[in-house]
Amino acid sequence: MSEIKKIKEEYLLKLNKDLDQNKLNEIKTELFGKNGVVSTKFKQLGSIAENKRKELASELNYLKNELEELILKKNENIQNKEINKKLENEKIDITLPGRTYFAGKIHPVSQVIDEVTSIFSEIGFSVEEGPDVENEYYNFSALNTPENHPARDMHDTFYLDNSKDLLLRTHTSPVQIRTMLKSKPPFKIIVPGRTYRHDSDQTHSPMFHQLEGLHIDKNVNMGHLKGCLYYFVKKFFEVEKVRIRFRPSHFPFTEPSAEVDIGYKIQDGKIKIGEGDKWLEILGCGMVHPNVLKNAKVNPKQYQGYAFGVGIDRLAMLKYGINDLRAFFESDIRWLEFYGFDPLDVPTNYRGLSR
Amino acid sequence: MITSLSWLKNHLATKANLNQVAERLTEIGLEVENIRSSNDNLDNFIVCKIIKSQKHPNADKLKLCNVDIGSGNLVKVVCGAQNAREGLFAVYAPPGSVIPKTNMKLKVAKIRGIESHGMLCSGYELDESSDKEGIIELNKKEKNIGDKYFNNIGEKTLDIAITPNRPDCLGVKGIARDLASSGLGNLKKQTPIKINQKFNNPIKVSIKKEKDQGCGIFGCVYIRNVQNKESPDWLKKRIISLGLKPISAIVDVTNYVMFDLNRPLHAYDADKIDQEIIVRNSKKGESFEALDNKKYKLQNNMCAISDKSGVLGLGGIIGGTRSGTEFSTKNILLESAYFFPSPIRKTSKLLNIDTDAKYRFERGIDPNSIKLGLELGTALILDICGGEASKFSIVGKIKDERKIIDLETIKFSKVIGFSITNSEIKKILLSLGCSLRMSGKKIKVLPPTWRPDIKEDIDLIEELTRIKGYDKIPLINPEKENIKDTLNDKQKLFHFAQRSVASKGYTEAVTWSFTDSKIDILFSELKNEIKLSNPISSDLDVLRSSLYSNLMISAKKNIHRNFEDLMMFEIGPVFKGNEPGEQTTMIGAIKTGKYSRKNWIEKERNFDVYDIKNDALRTLNEIGIDSSKIVVSNKTKKWYHPGRSGLLSLGSPSGPELAYFGEIHPFIIKKFDLKIDNVLGFEIILNNIPKSRKKIREAKPQFVISDYQKVVRDFAFVIDEKYSSGEIINLVKKIDKELIKEVKIFDVYQGDNITSGKKSIAFNVTLEPKDKTLSDKDIEEVSKKIISTVQETTGAILRS
Repeated sequence: MSEIKKIKEEYLLKLNKDLDQNKLNEIKTELFGKNGVVSTKFKQLGSIAENKRKELASELNYLKNELEELILKKNENIQNKEINKKLENEKIDITLPGRTYFAGKIHPVSQVIDEVTSIFSEIGFSVEEGPDVENEYYNFSALNTPENHPARDMHDTFYLDNSKDLLLRTHTSPVQIRTMLKSKPPFKIIVPGRTYRHDSDQTHSPMFHQLEGLHIDKNVNMGHLKGCLYYFVKKFFEVEKVRIRFRPSHFPFTEPSAEVDIGYKIQDGKIKIGEGDKWLEILGCGMVHPNVLKNAKVNPKQYQGYAFGVGIDRLAMLKYGINDLRAFFESDIRWLEFYGFDPLDVPTNYRGLSR
Repeated sequence: MITSLSWLKNHLATKANLNQVAERLTEIGLEVENIRSSNDNLDNFIVCKIIKSQKHPNADKLKLCNVDIGSGNLVKVVCGAQNAREGLFAVYAPPGSVIPKTNMKLKVAKIRGIESHGMLCSGYELDESSDKEGIIELNKKEKNIGDKYFNNIGEKTLDIAITPNRPDCLGVKGIARDLASSGLGNLKKQTPIKINQKFNNPIKVSIKKEKDQGCGIFGCVYIRNVQNKESPDWLKKRIISLGLKPISAIVDVTNYVMFDLNRPLHAYDADKIDQEIIVRNSKKGESFEALDNKKYKLQNNMCAISDKSGVLGLGGIIGGTRSGTEFSTKNILLESAYFFPSPIRKTSKLLNIDTDAKYRFERGIDPNSIKLGLELGTALILDICGGEASKFSIVGKIKDERKIIDLETIKFSKVIGFSITNSEIKKILLSLGCSLRMSGKKIKVLPPTWRPDIKEDIDLIEELTRIKGYDKIPLINPEKENIKDTLNDKQKLFHFAQRSVASKGYTEAVTWSFTDSKIDILFSELKNEIKLSNPISSDLDVLRSSLYSNLMISAKKNIHRNFEDLMMFEIGPVFKGNEPGEQTTMIGAIKTGKYSRKNWIEKERNFDVYDIKNDALRTLNEIGIDSSKIVVSNKTKKWYHPGRSGLLSLGSPSGPELAYFGEIHPFIIKKFDLKIDNVLGFEIILNNIPKSRKKIREAKPQFVISDYQKVVRDFAFVIDEKYSSGEIINLVKKIDKELIKEVKIFDVYQGDNITSGKKSIAFNVTLEPKDKTLSDKDIEEVSKKIISTVQETTGAILRS
C-alpha cells in the first residue's frame, strides 16, 4: 500500500469518528499544519524523481481535496449540531403578547362621506363646501322659502342672534347658492357637511350630516335625476338590483319635487336593502326651482337641472346596521371602535367601496 | 290630514277599495303615512249594570260590586266611587283594556284582599270630562247591557301627509278631486243648498280699514232659536274618525265643514256679542281668554274679532270663551271669513298657538269658499238644531291675485324627459279645476282659487307629472365625464390628514359643533363667546372655539367608565365669530393615561410629550411638509402646561403656525375631575398648511447614487442647561450643510458629576460625502470644526 493511501485510510477513519470542534481542529493541523502530514508530503515533492513527481503530486492533490472537503463537511455538521443544541434552549412562549401598538379608527360618518364621494366622482361630480353658520338669506330666502312661509316649520332652526338673521344651516342647500354665485354653469357638485336642527330625541340629533347634490346644465331633465340616483343607490348599497320609487313631494327649492323610497325587507332581524315589499324613504330631490336659479344669477331660460339631499348618518345606519343616531356623536370609545373603519380602508371604485 | 273611504265617497264616485286609494294617494304626492284601524281598545268598554253594591269588608271607602256585563256574565269589581249604587248603569272596563286617560293596562288585581275583575270608569278616566269624583251614570235600559260604550266608527282611516303647498287637500273634497284627476273615480258635483232666509242679520259687521288688516272678507249668518245638542251618530263618527272629540252639534258642524271643504267656520253665541262685530287690529295690552282656556295678551296689529266690549277672538286662529257656544245657546252667529296667511302665521308664532284653523289659513284658504261654507254649515245646523237663518252678510273684498300662465307643451318634455299631448294636458288641468284657453302653441291657464301654490308654468308641469305618474319619467344613465377634479387641494389635505392621524392609533370622534361655554372658555382665545340664542340645553350653549372642549368632555365620560388609556381625535370646524365663514378647519387629538400599562415586556409608562410631538410631526410629514422645514419652539397656548408644550411652525419660529402640542394644563385636568392626571394633545391648524406649489415628482431633485461610505462620529459636551437640543442640532448642521446629513441626540444627562445648571449632551453626526471617500484628515477637520463651533458659541466643554 502506498504511503498516500495509508494516510488516506488512517485519516478517513479518524474523521469518521464522533468529533468535537477541538478534535477536528487538531486533525486539521495534523494534516495541513506547517509540519502536517500532507504539508510535509508536498514539501518532499521536490526531492522526488522528475518522472514520478507529476503522478505523486496529482495523487497528493487528490488526497488533499478529499480530506479538506471532508473536514469542511464535518465542521458544518459540528456547527449545526451546536446551533441545534442552542436552539433547544432558546425556546420561548410565543403565545405571550407582543409590544404595545395602537390601531385607530375612522368614524362611520367620515367613511360614508368618502364612499359617497367615490361614487359621485365616478359620474363627474366634484365636492364643494360651505359655512356651517349661514344667514337667513342663503338658508331660506334664496332657496325660495320666504319668511312667514309654513315650509319653514319643517326646519327648526338654531339662531345666533335675536334678529334671526344668523343661524346654523338647516340643510346643505345654501351651498348650491354660494357655488352658483361664485362661478358659471355647468355645475355638477356634491356637498357633504354638518347640518343643524333644533330637535333632539331618540331619532333626531341637533346636528347631523347631509349630502347635497346639484347638476345644472342646458339639457338636464328629471330623467337624468332618476338615473343619477338609481346609480347612486345601487352603488352605495352594493347590490345588483334595487327597487326604487319616486314619489311626488314638495320642497320650496325644487319643482317638481320628489321623495325617493327604496325597497327593503327584514331578514334574520337585519334590514336588507334592495328587495322586499316595504318602502323606506331615503332622500328628497327635484328639479331646481327657476326662482332659485334666478337668485343664484343663473338664467333659468338657458339652464335647468336637478338637486337632491340625503342624510349621511341615515345612510350609514342603513348600510352598517347601526340603530341609534345619537350614539354617532356620543364618542363612546367602545362604539367608535366597534363601528369605526380601518384608516387604510379607503373607499375607491377599483378596490371596492367596502370590505 | 285624516280621512276615511266613506267620507271620500261623499265627494268621489269610485269603486276602488281602501288600499287602492291609499296607493294612488301616495303616487300623486299625498303620502299615506299610516292606515289606522279602528281603535280596538275602545271596543272593550261596555255598558254594565250594578246588581249589588256592598261595603268592602276590609276598607271603609271602597265598595264591592256585582256587575252584570251582559250575556249572563256577572263579575266582581272593587270600586271607590260613592255613587256606585245598586241598579246603576255604568261603564265597565274589563282586565286587558287600557284606560284612555292614564294609558294604564288593567289586570285582575287584589284590592285589600279581594280580587277585582276590571273597573267601573269615571268620566275623567275615559278622558271625557274632568269629573274624578264618581263613576259615569248612564241613562240606559236593560237591553243595552253588554253594548259597546264608545261609538266606534269601525272604519279604517288614512293618515295623509299634506305638504305645505297643498292647503286644498286639508279638506276631504280636495283629496277627492286629486283622486278623480288621477283617474280613480269621478268627482261628485256639489248639490245646490237651499235655505230659507227671511230676515236680515241683526248684528252689524265691519272690517276696519287699516294698514296690515289681517282679514280680507268676513261673512256670517245669524241663526236664531236653535237647540244645541249632541250630534247625531253620523256626525259623531266623522268627528271621532278625525281623532277629535264630539262636543256639541254646533261645534261639530263647524269642524265637519272645515275638514270636509277645507273651509274653517266659527260659531259665536250671538247673545254674548256686545252689539256688533268689528274686525280690527289689536292694540298692545289687550287680552282675552281663548277656547283653550288660556289667557292671551295681544301685541299691536293682530287681527282681532271684537265687539263693543273688547276682543272676542283672534281671527282665523282661535275663538274666545266669552262668546263660546254652549248647550244652552239659543242664537248663534256663524262666521266664514278669509284671513291673509302671513299675519296669521306671525300672530300664532308670537303667541305660540296652533289650531286646525290657523294651520289652514296660514297655508291659504279658497277665498271663494265663504258662501259655500255658510250654506253647508247653516243647512247642517238647521237640520240638527232647528231654528231660522238670516240672510248672509258678507263684507270686504280681496283682489284676485291669480295670473294667467302661459304653458308651452315642449317645456314639459324638456324638464321632465318624456312628452305629453295637448289633450292630456287639457284633461288633467281641467280636472284639477283650471280654466284653459289655447293661444297658438301656448295654453293659457287660469288656476282655480283653491290652488294658491300654482303661480307659474313649472307649477303646472309639476301637476301634470304628478298626475301622469312619476313612474313615467325615463331613467337616463349618468355620463361618466368629469368637469373638474373631484377634490380641491384643501379637501385632499383634509382627507389625507384624517387618515394619517387615525393611522397613528387615534380613533376618530365626530362631536357636535356646539359645546358647554364653561368648558369652551378654557380652550378659547375669543373675546366673545359665540352664543346660540336658542340652545338645545344650557350645556350646549355656544359654538365651539376649540376641538378640545368636546374631546375632553368625551374623554371624561370614557375615563369614568374605566377606559383611561385613550387616543381620540376629531377633524372639523371651530368657530371664531358668528358670521358665515368665520370658521377654520382643525385637527384636535388627545392621548390620556399610559402608553403601556402593567406589561410583561415593556416598562409601564405614561404617554408623554415626546409621544404627542411625534404624532403631530409625523402627521405633518405625511400631509406633505418636509421635516427640515418644521421648526419647534416654546411658544404655547394657555391651555397647555407652560413648560411641556410647544409650537411646530413652518420655516422659522415666527412662521405660519402648523401645530401646537403638549400636556394639557394641570389646572384644566383638575377642573375636569378626570380621575387621571395625564392628558396630552395636539392641534393641527389645517388652514395654515401651505398648498404645495409643485407635485412631489416635480419638487424632487435627480437621485444621485453615491459610492462613498458614510461616517458617524460621536460627541459629548457639558453645556449650560439653557441651551435646547434643537439649538445645538441647528448649530452643528449649519457647519457644513452639504456634508452633515444628520445630527442625532442620543443622550441627555443632568445629575451626579455634572455641575448644577449644566447638562451633559451627547450626539452623533452623520457625514455623507458626495464626491470622495473621507480621509482621516477630512474627518478630523470636520470634527474639530464641530467642537470649536459648539464651544465658542455656547461655552460648552467637550467631555472626554
